Amino acid sequence: MRVDIAKGILEKNDTLAEGNRELFAQKGVFVVDLMASPGAGKTSTILATIAALRDRYRIAVIEGDIASRVDAEKIAAHGIPAVQINTGGACHLESDMIRRAVDTLDLDEIDLLIIENVGNLVCPTDFDLGEHAKVMILSVPEGHDKPYKYPGIFQLSEAVILNKYDTVSFFDFNEEEFRGVVHDLNPNAPVFAMAATKGEGVDAWAEWLAARIEAAKAVGA
Amino acid sequence: MHEMGICDGIVTASLEAAAKENASRINSIDVTIGVLTEIQEEALQFAFSVLTKDSIAEGSTLNVTMVPARSVCGECSAEFGHGRFDAKCPECGSYVCTLVQGRELQIDSMDID
Repeated sequence: MRVDIAKGILEKNDTLAEGNRELFAQKGVFVVDLMASPGAGKTSTILATIAALRDRYRIAVIEGDIASRVDAEKIAAHGIPAVQINTGGACHLESDMIRRAVDTLDLDEIDLLIIENVGNLVCPTDFDLGEHAKVMILSVPEGHDKPYKYPGIFQLSEAVILNKYDTVSFFDFNEEEFRGVVHDLNPNAPVFAMAATKGEGVDAWAEWLAARIEAAKAVGA
Repeated sequence: MHEMGICDGIVTASLEAAAKENASRINSIDVTIGVLTEIQEEALQFAFSVLTKDSIAEGSTLNVTMVPARSVCGECSAEFGHGRFDAKCPECGSYVCTLVQGRELQIDSMDID
């Protein structure tokens, strides 16, 4: 017997993500999901973002990793609430993990929630977490050819951070080609060249993020 | 790894639907997957064989229809098919295009006893 199902495979995740989105809107929390390869500088970028915006916004961080608490401890050392999610092997975060982590935070005391996704350029792209924006980081040593190999993540990101920019002269990194390909894949996404650990180029990214936060506030989303 | 999570969605939803129909066995499941989801069919099939073990879907067939990418041009409204990477309007050369298909992740139907 043939039975029609006509159901989204990720319907459960998408429904829970919608619930997260409603909760964030209700509490006035702006949520950004940071995606990148392992070692691209996600945690350093978060620390630089905290330094740039902590006077304007109350910030909290959710750290997604397969194992360990090292990233959450690094963030907490700066006096910022940080929750660690250990996926125990899974290569991406899902909306139910976010909800459990969020439930341990006081959302009334938070304006900006930064989610550090598991280091991976493929899997996080299919999973809606209820965030306002997905943003990706590529670091210079990974090479300018990555948009050819992982087009999905470049297409879904609202902005692209090009990290470790201070090393660009040491690598065979063709910045013009990289910016061209990113633009072709995603014409509206700005590319922010940055050296997060040195604080270089952080302002342009922080101002973009602040503008997104204010825009979301204005429409009550 | 990614396919395991996707496949878990397929198997869970199918088993739920089969339970509603009081099915004793699932023979096959039909799914539609867009090429831009970066899902590898081989990995999906492997995950399916692992996740259906010891269930009423063990040994069933997963029929995968892969959907190619198509977009509509934001400048001249032309609709065109393209690869995973080259979403560029063949009529006017614009890159400002809206995807109309290629990111599907859908369970269509199944065959049960």
